[in-house]
Amino acid sequence: MMHELSIMESVMDTVRKSADELNIHRIEKIKLVIGKMTMALPESLQFAFQALARDELFSGAVLEIEERDIICRCGGCQNEFPLKNAYHFVCPGCGSRDLEMIQGNELYIDSYEGDED
Amino acid sequence: MVEVNLQSNILGANDLIARKNRGIFRDRGQLVINLMSSPGSGKTTILERTIEKLKDQIKIGVIEGDLYTDEDAKRIEQKGVSVIQINTEGTCHLDAGMVAGAYDKLAQPLDLIFIENVGNLVCPADFDLGEDLRAVVVSTAEGNDKLPKYPLIFRQSDIVLVNKIDLLPYTDFSLDRFYGDLGKINPSAQVFLVSGRTGEGIEAWNDWLLGEVRRRKL
Repeated sequence: MMHELSIMESVMDTVRKSADELNIHRIEKIKLVIGKMTMALPESLQFAFQALARDELFSGAVLEIEERDIICRCGGCQNEFPLKNAYHFVCPGCGSRDLEMIQGNELYIDSYEGDED
Repeated sequence: MVEVNLQSNILGANDLIARKNRGIFRDRGQLVINLMSSPGSGKTTILERTIEKLKDQIKIGVIEGDLYTDEDAKRIEQKGVSVIQINTEGTCHLDAGMVAGAYDKLAQPLDLIFIENVGNLVCPADFDLGEDLRAVVVSTAEGNDKLPKYPLIFRQSDIVLVNKIDLLPYTDFSLDRFYGDLGKINPSAQVFLVSGRTGEGIEAWNDWLLGEVRRRKL
């Protein structure tokens, strides 16, 4: 859980800095993109956000989280496929274990919405 | 209402410091290993055995991560190597900034630096410290389900140490199942079967470490 707290602290630092520069005084919405391989849980991120969003800038803001599935590309047959369970790194087409993860490691702030003066 | 498109990496600040750490370690030709595991799997005991055997051949330093105590750092200190304690005060992982601060305090020069992370199989996996290699310890007493339950940390590790191998006959841990699971998660991981208690397998691990240290000095 503390891991999601660190992540949310970092998110809010970044948004606060950006909002300062742009003279935005109230945040309405923050949108994150989180890959399933990061093991950051959306519910825990929401909880951390509620716990941290106490000041005027963030109060009332909505946290929107877009989860991304794990998608691999096979080095053997070039097949691209979603990983069904997070630990089975084997190509369902040809059985190769030479896989490159092309989606699922995302951990970024996509955008935020706010009000200026 | 304005919409601001940030597209900003959440751990960007950490990754930036990690990159700086990595540059310093590389410039000095130091092997730096981030040692991770769940609590009680035997990270510190493996370090003790490793240091005992290697400290006359190479210079070793240890950065000890712990929530509140300095118990582990005291144990390492008794082995006569440079050790710096980081207390994370409740935070469940080390980050690159903590490591940078501790690294500056280590008595140099060093050939090999271990960073013993906080005992946890989830959070440390997301935080790059600037290390060369990631090693994860799993002990036979924990059972086989650690790999499928915490795939990320095993996927991201270069080395897997199976500890408490002396207890194998007394547990339900299956090495066949372990190799099967690891083959699906991370087939290229280097595996060492060791016992921190009896010293079994430590020599092979140490020989491998010496080889890696020498490779960086060339």
